[in-house]
Amino acid sequence: MALSDQEILKGLGEIVDEIAGVPADEVTPEKSFVDDLDIDSLSMVEIAVAAQDKFGVEIPDDQLKDLKTVQDVVNYVHKNAS
Amino acid sequence: MHLPEPVSGARILAFGGYQPDNVVTNDDLAQVMDTNDEWIRSRVGIISRRIAGPDETVADMAVAAAGKAIANSGVSPSDIDLVIVATCSTEAPLPNASASVASRLGINAPGAYDLNAACAGFCYGLANASDAVRAGSARHVLVIGSEKMSAWVDPLDRSTRIIFADGAGAAVVGPVADPQDEAGIGPVSWGSAGDIADKIVIKDRDSFLFQEGQAVFRWATTALYPTALDACERAGVQVSDLQAFVPHQANLRIIEALARRIGVPRDRVADDIQYAGNTSSASIPLALARMAERGQLTSGSPVLLMGFGAGMCYAAQVITVP
Repeated sequence: MALSDQEILKGLGEIVDEIAGVPADEVTPEKSFVDDLDIDSLSMVEIAVAAQDKFGVEIPDDQLKDLKTVQDVVNYVHKNAS
Repeated sequence: MHLPEPVSGARILAFGGYQPDNVVTNDDLAQVMDTNDEWIRSRVGIISRRIAGPDETVADMAVAAAGKAIANSGVSPSDIDLVIVATCSTEAPLPNASASVASRLGINAPGAYDLNAACAGFCYGLANASDAVRAGSARHVLVIGSEKMSAWVDPLDRSTRIIFADGAGAAVVGPVADPQDEAGIGPVSWGSAGDIADKIVIKDRDSFLFQEGQAVFRWATTALYPTALDACERAGVQVSDLQAFVPHQANLRIIEALARRIGVPRDRVADDIQYAGNTSSASIPLALARMAERGQLTSGSPVLLMGFGAGMCYAAQVITVP
């Protein structure tokens, strides 16, 4: 069964909390990872790897650089989830 | 034909380390390029690094580190019959560093070769040394990692200049005295990923080192932990029994992520990078030498080593602290 955007957002919040120490409730769709959540490029890689484990969706580095906001990642996972 | 009498195992007898005198702090770098102490610490975990003098060579640093290892081992230079220098940063392709290093240390006519497996070089050399002692082709082997990475780093490239540094580390390897009591050097688990070799390159002799940081980070933190677990399994050692995990000091973020994957608690993980920087093949023996000096290693304890880097080569083995 496909995950809803809400479920992806919740899971992503947990990942960001664990990896970057940003409280999950601050991980809202409009936030920019770099500008609002102060997450750097290496943490983004860790988040991508954790997202792959959690959602089964691989986010390659060349795609990752275009995912600026939380909503971008939610959309990417939603679109690519099998 | 007579075959040499093989011995049942090889062990490390002693370590030695050397760092150049010149300390370069993050604040020093901030004065010449757009960076700052907080940024460097948070990205790579380095507080300061050592940079060799303009005339100081890979061989000079190797001699300094190996001299200490030989003195600590109690083995006479005349009893060493193989010298391996792991390096990827020598000044010239010929001659190799190892033969002249051996000569300067008073080691008479040993087998001598340089080994390039980049940041995995020391673990590769240690595996070769262990096998040579076991097979009877050498009685004592000197394994050195020595690097002058600063010579190959673009002084204007922030992404590499803050990371790479210079130094050397060495170990003397010999036969186990009693195979019942000593675990020695465990079987190596090694490999390479040449399909992604373009992620860390020095293109030619006129080029500087280039690396795709994010790709290397992803590879190191996701692809390597099974090799570390395999090395433990082959040695018959549980991860929970390791006194220390001494990975290549690539970047503190990589080290911590890798340790989490393997399941080693943070307080058992070497973080020598903080004051040494990334010294490629020298980082593991240098960290070991400094940990031994500080009394952080207990004789007889198992320690997991893991080198990884350009190639992309990787290798891990469990050693017993001398």
